[in-house]
Amino acid sequence: MNEVPLKFVEYQKIIEPRSVKGQFRNIKTIILILAFVTYFLLPWLPWSRDIGPNQAVIFDLSSHKYYLFNLVLHPQDILSLAILMVFAAAFLFFITTIAGRVFCGFFCFQTIWTDAFRLIERLIQGDRVTRLRLKKQKWNFEKVRKVGLTTALWLALAFWSGLTFTLYWSEAGQLLVDFFTGQAPLAAYMCTAILTTTTFLAAGMAKDVICMHICPYSRFQSAMFDENTAIVSYDKVRGEGENGRAKPLKTLKTQEDRTKAGVGDCIDCNYCVQVCPMGIDIRDGLQVACIHCGLCIDACDNIMDKQGWAHGLVSFSSENALAKKKTSRFGIRTIGYGLASLIAGAFLVFSVVNSAKLTVDIAHVRSPLYVVLSDGSIQNSYKFKFYNMTSKPATFDLSVEGLPNAKVDIGKLKHIELKASRGLRVSVRVRQASADVKRNANQPIRFKLTPIKGEFEEAIIHPSQFITP
Amino acid sequence: MGERDPLTGAETTGHTWDDNIQEFNNPLPRWWLWSFYATVIFAIVYWTMYPSWPVASSYLKGLTTITYQTDAGEEVTSHWNTRALLQRDMQTGKSAVAQKTYLKVIEDSSYDDIAVDADKMAFVESYGNGVFGDYCAACHQSGAGGVVGEYPNLIDDDWLWGGSSTEIETTLKAGRVGFMPAFEETFNEEQLTQVASYVLSMSGEENDATLAKAGEEIFQGQVGGCHLCHTSAGTGLKSQGAANLTDKIWTIADVRGATTPEEKLSRVKSVIHNGVNRVMPSWSSRLSDTEIKVLTAYLLNKRATGDQ
Repeated sequence: MNEVPLKFVEYQKIIEPRSVKGQFRNIKTIILILAFVTYFLLPWLPWSRDIGPNQAVIFDLSSHKYYLFNLVLHPQDILSLAILMVFAAAFLFFITTIAGRVFCGFFCFQTIWTDAFRLIERLIQGDRVTRLRLKKQKWNFEKVRKVGLTTALWLALAFWSGLTFTLYWSEAGQLLVDFFTGQAPLAAYMCTAILTTTTFLAAGMAKDVICMHICPYSRFQSAMFDENTAIVSYDKVRGEGENGRAKPLKTLKTQEDRTKAGVGDCIDCNYCVQVCPMGIDIRDGLQVACIHCGLCIDACDNIMDKQGWAHGLVSFSSENALAKKKTSRFGIRTIGYGLASLIAGAFLVFSVVNSAKLTVDIAHVRSPLYVVLSDGSIQNSYKFKFYNMTSKPATFDLSVEGLPNAKVDIGKLKHIELKASRGLRVSVRVRQASADVKRNANQPIRFKLTPIKGEFEEAIIHPSQFITP
Repeated sequence: MGERDPLTGAETTGHTWDDNIQEFNNPLPRWWLWSFYATVIFAIVYWTMYPSWPVASSYLKGLTTITYQTDAGEEVTSHWNTRALLQRDMQTGKSAVAQKTYLKVIEDSSYDDIAVDADKMAFVESYGNGVFGDYCAACHQSGAGGVVGEYPNLIDDDWLWGGSSTEIETTLKAGRVGFMPAFEETFNEEQLTQVASYVLSMSGEENDATLAKAGEEIFQGQVGGCHLCHTSAGTGLKSQGAANLTDKIWTIADVRGATTPEEKLSRVKSVIHNGVNRVMPSWSSRLSDTEIKVLTAYLLNKRATGDQ
């Protein structure tokens, strides 16, 4: 019995992609620079506020406030975060139905960081051929130096990525000083350590394996694709002809010669395979590993330029376009996901714009339910909890509606004065004279907060109850 | 070593007794041995970290000691335990220090300052609620509503011993004895009814005018002498803790809880018949001056001040 054991995962060799120049490479580089500049510099952007840290973006966990430029979010706004997630998912699906996995190829942080890591590797160790040679080389000084330097730079980038993430959660300058003087909270060290490790492992070691075997997106992308989706595709009819692809030997140099011989435009140079960061051959058709980064298009276009032939042997085009059919941009999926994104987006804007600026919690005191005063009037007590979410102090006048001749008593306080971005608890009493009291009743009443000072304009009304013997 | 038993082929230690008795070499399993070494290392670590060995009248406390103060103010260093940890946290922890700082602020503020400052009032409300819950709520109830006939209501606007800050402080520090003699021997049944009718008439309750008229004579005269404490107007002497009989508040006789005029009359009669004997203990030995101040401010805010 000499059965070959089942192989569930094929361990591929480490991919060493070759560099390429072209429009998609340029787009990728620009996005990489923009993303890094934004990510690494955003915690350092100063911002002036009436109250709160002068940092443009800071998620201040200790005070439960999340500052995004002029927007201040509170834990109560968690719904907005949920809607943002829904919007992001719907919008991602929408884009996927139109242009395939462009998110994966251009915007995903796994792709961006892997790209940056590979850039460092190329700067130190040279391009594909040099790297492959270095790999086979024995461990001498040159190899130790080059590999060591690459790893050190990778670690540095991974560490700075992890530390930058941590800086978003506290005042960056102070935290940075604290971090290197051993004063930072344990959570900051743990967070940085975990993210340094994961960044190094994901972008330096695992690379394409993340996209192939860990990220679920590659597996369900096909649900969003149809014949109208623009995908990176190889024009098989043009490339293969009747007798397949062929190298440009002496007799097959010009397009006329090749057409005569029944050979397509693909000269089988393998450039598209060498530049692929996922190590696939796009000429085999759409594959689960393809992240639609377009680098093979750049590679092929370079070759076509050298041959003096037209671009587009590999291109972003739909199955319909390749079959010379009309590409419809308004498939059921596109419209569905588009609508979902629109609705989620509108809801998100609505929820952020209309997020509560003031929370008021009113608890009717149950022990005792009411008290009779010496003139026979009835008094009920309430515990009020306010939270002013604006960055300006606010003053309100408190009155009660729905109870004839009722008086509100807040002790010796004149008004409800809320400090900027702070909470307050106040004991409130409501009294009704004996003659007006409706006996043995539980009456609905409304507390009315009339703004006097601050950002509030309209009166705020909260319901409660008044209980009588 | 290395010798083998010819019969079984097992390795022996090479020792032989009584000519032919040999010892097989059966070493302990590797996992067992390493587990054993691990427990030895664990024991050493534990021995240094935690209390381990009695020394004379004390013991080795280990490296992880906790220093805290006892309630008597004595500094104690103890071995690591959660009880000591809690004690230390309640004395020098972040929240404890913040609370102490704010208590100092209250200590340095006047009652008027506290009442007009919403933040100070909020602190008094939450800290006072804790002290009140610990010491006062057992009688006066958690919401300070009291129990009619037993413990005074502290949230209405009629305070037997006065509701100013100094009066409340005095009550808390010195305690009070609320006493009204029993008139069971002084009054006969008829007189009881007459006085009770008069008491009901003073706060506008339903009553028999002729009985009340007779009751007034007893109340204001030598026979009853009620006016000595309750005053001839019926509003009560604060110095005696005597109830105001003209308002709608009934602290002893549950008139409000009665449904018929007869029941009201009989409830008032029973109070006059039995007298009142209530004691509020002194708290000066059990509460600090600051705690009494917080409680006073808390009660001043709880107390209904009436429409002003």
